[in-house]
Amino acid sequence: MLMALFNIVIFPGLLFLGIYALFFAFLDRKLYARLQNRVGPPWFQPLADFCKLLGKETIIPQGADRRVFVSLPVFALAAVTTAFIYVPIWSVNSLFPFEGDLIVVLYLLTIPTLCFFLGGWYSTSLYATIGAVRALTQLFSYEVPLFMAMLAPAILAETWSISGISAYYAEHPLYILINIPAFLVAMVACQGKLERVPFDLPEAETEIVSGTFVEYSGRLFAIFKMAIDCELVVVSALIAAIFLPFHAANPWLGFLYFIIKTVIILILLCLFRASMARVRIEQMLMFCWKILTPLAIIQIIINLLVRGALA
Amino acid sequence: MSDNSKRITIPIGPQHPALKEPGCFTITLEGEKVVNAVVGVGYNHRGLEKACESRTYIQDLYIIERVCGICSHTHSTAFCQGVEELVGVEISPRAKFIRVIMAELERLHSHLLWLGVAAHEIGFDTLFMYSWRDRELVLDMLAMLGGNRVNYGINTLGGVRRDITPEMKELIHKTLNIVEEQNKYYIDLALHETTLAARLSGIGKLSHEDAIKYGAVGPVARASMVKDDIRVSEPYAAYDQIPVKVVTDDHCDVFGRAVVRVLEIMESISMIRFALDNMPDGDLAVKFPRKVPAGEVFSRTEAPRGEDTHYIRGNGTDKPDRVRVRAASEANWHGMQHMLEGDYLADVPIIIAAIDPCYSCTDRAFIVKDLDHGDQRVWDWQSLKRYSVDWYKKRGFDASKIKLAERRI
Repeated sequence: MLMALFNIVIFPGLLFLGIYALFFAFLDRKLYARLQNRVGPPWFQPLADFCKLLGKETIIPQGADRRVFVSLPVFALAAVTTAFIYVPIWSVNSLFPFEGDLIVVLYLLTIPTLCFFLGGWYSTSLYATIGAVRALTQLFSYEVPLFMAMLAPAILAETWSISGISAYYAEHPLYILINIPAFLVAMVACQGKLERVPFDLPEAETEIVSGTFVEYSGRLFAIFKMAIDCELVVVSALIAAIFLPFHAANPWLGFLYFIIKTVIILILLCLFRASMARVRIEQMLMFCWKILTPLAIIQIIINLLVRGALA
Repeated sequence: MSDNSKRITIPIGPQHPALKEPGCFTITLEGEKVVNAVVGVGYNHRGLEKACESRTYIQDLYIIERVCGICSHTHSTAFCQGVEELVGVEISPRAKFIRVIMAELERLHSHLLWLGVAAHEIGFDTLFMYSWRDRELVLDMLAMLGGNRVNYGINTLGGVRRDITPEMKELIHKTLNIVEEQNKYYIDLALHETTLAARLSGIGKLSHEDAIKYGAVGPVARASMVKDDIRVSEPYAAYDQIPVKVVTDDHCDVFGRAVVRVLEIMESISMIRFALDNMPDGDLAVKFPRKVPAGEVFSRTEAPRGEDTHYIRGNGTDKPDRVRVRAASEANWHGMQHMLEGDYLADVPIIIAAIDPCYSCTDRAFIVKDLDHGDQRVWDWQSLKRYSVDWYKKRGFDASKIKLAERRI
């Protein structure tokens, strides 16, 4: 009981996730800045931002439903943190693995997006409403290829648990080469999930100010920001667990592997972000449905065939 | 009626991250599509023209240079050559060349600035940072030549105030090589980067006929195949001795405007090189009288944003009777509504940015004389004050207690 509480609150739960998320946010900003030939922020900048936001006044719009407005950021953060518990960190196994946790994690990761939508919707601001609608439209476009790309490796591994998939590919490392298209699809689609350039339409600063978050301030905004940073960690960890199953028997070494893998994924995501312009919503829909989804379907077919050949 | 219920009206501005200066665009949306756009400018009226009338020509130079922060040199050139024409003074060839070099350097920095702003509007911050980094090099050159990064103050009535030494020339050549190298990369990027082309193509359409109809100028007109360039059609300063190639494009959209601008950077670089190498010797400035004879003059220059016109009327004293400035952006505003309608909300910032708008340069107060009803209102200082007091009173603010200094005439 005490151990479980420790796991949930401190490691690898909320506290570790929070600290690692701040580190990730720093790394992301620093890399982005270096790619743009800028100096970039110092290491404590995300923490300083977080603390500063905590101390700021929280303003709730008059027309907004107070209870929903306040609870949405917490919901988002809670969902992301819960998802993290089912992702393997220092070994092939996560803390509480069970058959089907892949589906649970994917759905838990959808909750923040829904929170962004509802948050924007309940803000009763024009910009926020447009941002909210965009967030939902975007959800329908990237979610399908993302799910399919994540499920394709599961088909080959014949298990719906992340730990199971990890273990399978750790045993047959060469099989990950089959999943390269799915890896690419997942990388691109998760850029949409994380609302980063080129898919940062819901908060496109120059178009709709900051979209969903326009009315959020102070503590609530800090929690939302934290949820977004944590989501980045969880998504990278999930991709690392499924597509880069390199593990070590020693938990310390395994933990080091985890950090290296997630950082590599962050670097790839950052490169992606730095080299593109923001697309339009209809271009995003087109791209996701016409290119990513067929690619993911082909991957599933390939994996089914390989599975059949192996059996 | 059912159509109206689906429509929402969203204000872009006066304060908005996409706008660098205040301006209000009231956009009516149907879904994400713009069905109506109302352009509202006029938040930045500074009374520059009136201020010019109560100061001497030399003092006016200071004001005119500050009409626009980006194309300050082109305004002071237009003003100077207008006054010089009124007096009948011919400036030295060397001063003409220095004016051209400054003007082209200014075009370089303005276009690089635009590239960055445009990239930022479509979320391509990397290009934004890169182009502004290279713009710094150009600004350093301008600071070296004029002593300032933005308002160079190099023009004076009858010539220029600073010379270009051989060492400066050497340094400019060196820096231009770097800027040219970088700009080749931007041209490649602008023409071939997929997301950039996807975002810029086909939006903010302004056909060749519309460009003429709405009186578009500068890169906006040139991107619609209107071969409009004062440097060629009415060469001023030393432009008649320097080969000028007008860059045009037939895309008629924001993409075309981007292409025109990045290619114009190349043209400017070669023009600066030519001007530096063929600069004649001579005096910097000729003696200029304090009093300017009565008469009127219309002076035009090609600003980075398009044609810039100045009208000056002298009355035989050392102060002008009337100064009228029409900055380039003012001509481009007229087609804005046409360009915005039918496009997506996501494209509104970039379409606005594509004309490279300068809000405060364009803001003027007009009093339209109603000739049909014989209401020829000439407002003196007192009636203007009374009008403004009433205007604020209607909006719940009583300004009548505020004491204003009486204006000296």
